[in-house]
Order: sequence, then C-alpha cells, then structure tokens
Amino acid sequence: MNAPPLRLFTFAAPSRFYALTGALLPWLWAITVLLTIAGLYIGFMVAPTDATQGEAYRIIFIHVPAAWMSMVLYLVMAFWAGIGWAFNARLASMMARAIAPTGAMFTFLALWTGAFWGKPTWGAWWVWDARLTTELILLFLYLGFIALVNAIDDVRRADHAGALLALVGSVNVPIIYFSVKWWNTLHQGATISMTAAPKMAATMLTAMLLMTLAFWAYSFAVVFMRTRAIVIERETHTTWVDELVKGTIRP
Amino acid sequence: MNWNSASEFFAMGGYGLYVWGSYIAAALLMGLEPWLAQRRHRQALHDAAAQARSDARHGSKP
Repeated sequence: MNAPPLRLFTFAAPSRFYALTGALLPWLWAITVLLTIAGLYIGFMVAPTDATQGEAYRIIFIHVPAAWMSMVLYLVMAFWAGIGWAFNARLASMMARAIAPTGAMFTFLALWTGAFWGKPTWGAWWVWDARLTTELILLFLYLGFIALVNAIDDVRRADHAGALLALVGSVNVPIIYFSVKWWNTLHQGATISMTAAPKMAATMLTAMLLMTLAFWAYSFAVVFMRTRAIVIERETHTTWVDELVKGTIRP
Repeated sequence: MNWNSASEFFAMGGYGLYVWGSYIAAALLMGLEPWLAQRRHRQALHDAAAQARSDARHGSKP
C-alpha cells in the first residue's frame, strides 16, 4: 500500500498523531529539562538581588510563566474545543480535554506562588484583588470544564457541552490580563509589555523568558502524553490500536 | 555569584520559606502530572490489549 499523501489534515488522524507525538516526546522533554536548568541557573546564580524585594522576588521566575501559561492554555483549550465542535473533529476535542488538567495545574501554581510572594511583600497570603479574583475564576472554569466533560456519558455530547463552556469562559482571559489596568489593584502591572522597555534587569528578564519557554515545552510534552492516552482510550477496537497492542497479547 | 555558602543559598535572605515553598510546589506538581499522564497511557494500552484478546477469543469484533 502506498503511503497516503501529506495534507493539512494528515495529523488530524488519531493514528498519525499518535505516531508523530510518540517520536517528538523525548525531544520535548529534553528541551524542557535543558531550558529549566538554564533558567534556574541564571535566575539563582546570575540575576542580582532585587533592590526593594530582596531575594523574595525570585519567585517571579515561576510565578509569571505559570500565570502566562494558565491564560494561554485556556485560549488554546477553548480553540481546540471549538474546532472539535464546529468541524466534528475528534482529535481536536481530545486535545481540549488533555489541555484542561495542565491549565488547571498552572492556574493553581500561579495562585500558590502568588500567595507565597504576597505574604512577604504585601503582608497577606490572599486579597480580593481584581487580578487574583479573576485568576481564581479561571481555576474554577478549568475545573468546571473537567467536571462537565466527565459527567456526560455520551463522549461527543460531552465534548460539545465542554466546548460551549470553554468558549463562553474565554471572555475571562482578557479580563485577567487587563485587570491591573482597569481596576486599582494591589497586584502590580504587567511585567513586560510590547510597547515599553522592560522594567527589570536583563538577566532577570532572561531567566524569566527561559522559564517561560521551559513551561511551554513542558506543556506540549505533557498535553501530548495525555492526548495519546485519550486516543487509545477512545480508539480501542479500531484496527490500528489492535495492531499496536498485538505485541502485548498473550494467548 | 550571589551566594557565599549553601546555608546562605537556602536561607534566601530570610525569604527561604516563601521562595522554596513556591519552587517545591512547582517541582512536585510538574513531576506528578507527567507521571499521572504516563500511568493513564499505560492503563489505556493495557485495557486495549485486554479488549483485543477477548475479541479474538470470542470472535465478537464489531
């Protein structure tokens, strides 16, 4: 049999996605580890002590990347959930389900590291500030999505209901992002913006960006891992999965 | 280099609890998540293999 031609939707076939991501995973993990080592080295060994916050500011190297990932992953999840709904694309819906736990984890991490940063600098673990509150709502949106898609037995109907929730909830993401501008918040403004020069030392910025790239690579890796598990769960009984697990069959 | 000794590094200028409380939580969660994903993948393959076995035995493949 000739190999089918490569087209735009070639990797939308779960079997091809499974093979491609299987080959990519070791590289993604290697990139994650290398970027993390580089980011932590610069963050702890090279970047100087902050003039006003002392060493407490070093939480920024995981707090800001985690907060960014929590917002980006939500939009990516809503995007794939929407594609899965609009075009009846199964793999897109599986991807959306696979992103949700990772997004929830980063949202929790942003809140947790924020609390551990707020305590020494603001004197409180938590305040009902616009930025913190909208980020907490994001966590509930992720958890709501996970609960909803798991509560409906019909898989495709669950995907569609989840897509509706994800798309409606995505209005929260720009609110989180602009909350520090729209309201008078205790939380500081944007750390870096496209329009102004960074307000932090170059080495601090380098460490933060390296950690952001590391979190990106981590997200790709762990989301692909979970999507592969979901693919097998849903494609059991198909010929290609039967072929794949043949090696493990013992009569 | 910012630190003269290991204890100075762990003390983080008096902010050790906050800095390490953040980093340890991140390390735990970002270690746990891939482990759970891998376990789910293995379980899925295991279940698929069991299904394939029982289909082959009973000839009930749809």
